[in-house]
Amino acid sequence: MSSGPPIVKFTSVTKSWQRGSGGLQKVSFAIGKGEFAFLTGPSGAGKSTILKLCYMDELPTGGEVRVSGTSSLNAKRIEISKLRRKLGIVFQNFRLLEDRTAWANVAFALEVTGTGAKAIPARVQKVLERVGLGPKMQAMPSELSGGEQQRVAIARALVNDPFLLLADEPTGNLDDRASRAVFGLLKEINASGTAVMMATHDLDLVRSSGFRSLELNKGALVYDSAEAPLPEREH
Amino acid sequence: MRLALREVWTAFRRAPGLGVLSVFTIAFSLFAVGLFGLVAFNTRLALERLEERVEIRAYVTEGTEADAVAAAVGDVRAFPEVASVTYVTPEDALKKARTEMAEFQDVFEPEFLPASLEVRLKPGMRSPEMVKAVSDRLKGYNFVDDVRYGEEWVQKFYSVRRAATAAGVVLGIAFAFAAMIIIGSTIRTSVLARSNEIGIMRLVGATDGFIRAPFLIDGLLKGLIGGIMAVALMWVTRAALTATVFAFQFFPTPVLLAGIATGAVIGLLGSAVSVGRQLKRV
Repeated sequence: MSSGPPIVKFTSVTKSWQRGSGGLQKVSFAIGKGEFAFLTGPSGAGKSTILKLCYMDELPTGGEVRVSGTSSLNAKRIEISKLRRKLGIVFQNFRLLEDRTAWANVAFALEVTGTGAKAIPARVQKVLERVGLGPKMQAMPSELSGGEQQRVAIARALVNDPFLLLADEPTGNLDDRASRAVFGLLKEINASGTAVMMATHDLDLVRSSGFRSLELNKGALVYDSAEAPLPEREH
Repeated sequence: MRLALREVWTAFRRAPGLGVLSVFTIAFSLFAVGLFGLVAFNTRLALERLEERVEIRAYVTEGTEADAVAAAVGDVRAFPEVASVTYVTPEDALKKARTEMAEFQDVFEPEFLPASLEVRLKPGMRSPEMVKAVSDRLKGYNFVDDVRYGEEWVQKFYSVRRAATAAGVVLGIAFAFAAMIIIGSTIRTSVLARSNEIGIMRLVGATDGFIRAPFLIDGLLKGLIGGIMAVALMWVTRAALTATVFAFQFFPTPVLLAGIATGAVIGLLGSAVSVGRQLKRV
């Protein structure tokens, strides 16, 4: 845990869709600066919804989501765009542009946010080296393994120096070894000061890491390890 | 701007088939509308030429003084509808009749034919009502024996013209709608093909304006190229029709430029709408 104001604050957040299924019910929690928190729970529990609410891809139907001073109650589209520049987002299916090299995928995130052309090469190279892809910068995504593709996605998420990395089952498509490597990378990123919120099904990883975990079930927050130690139970 | 242009080029290089297909779809849709327009335009020109033949003939009573007729010609010329008045003497009438009709070949006495006033009306003032009004006014002159203007012909001509105009407007609107729908769905396809890219741009914090720019340029360029191609296709078709059927008039330059501009605007608007929809989704 860290001191100071939270960087993410959910206050009684409800999310429902017209089609009825999924959603969240009165979820409240806060994430501090530089914290690492897991989101756990069965499929459909609302983990991805929480992450989407954090980067304001979805807006709550009730309550308030506040991320680093941007409130879901009154955020304009331009403010949401600006918020996302300070967030890193990583998905289970990587979401890379298949027709561009690893280098170009990372550079894309800088180009579309208006970074000067001169500054781009050095920053891209630095971040790709940081995720261990220095030698494969010019590879196309199809030439990379799943773990390597996820590293490209993480590099893209990191290139704008985010204060918060949102990872939606980043190891879900990877084998054990690649999963451990990707998680190791996320821990390093966290150690250097970036807060991480990671949705996962991997309870062993959650237990062994010792990081905070928020457990969801049917859209409700049923457990927060910051308030009580993680119980031994079967999932 | 440079980045937006580069994105347009990247998108084209990645799926050149789709790009070319969009341009061709736009070109042929506009070509279909243009071809219809060309036919409508030439029909209108032909009808205008026919309309010029509307004339009123007032026959002058035999023995009327030339001075009285001359004074009346001045009067009639001053009618707001009248373009020209020609006094046709019996001699002129005979000369004309002999050249136009075989049965007059052997007639040599001009007295056989009455003198007349040939009255032509100004363009836009040749409707059956106006023609009748002018001919009634002519009947008011005491030296006018009879007035003829082919009442039946004028009425038929106007109903044909009305039908042609109505058909032209209805078909033209239908064609234009069809073209817009086809062009719209083509552009939508090319935007959808890049929805992943749009999603990623949104995720990393690109603004809506930034995301839109390459698509708008893309739509504008495709519409512009499609429009130019449509004009080229029409020109070739017109040349072929002129060589084989009859001399088709081509559109005047301002109309052609307006057509190309329409292509560009449709491309631009189509892209704006499609990207707008995509942006709402992510």
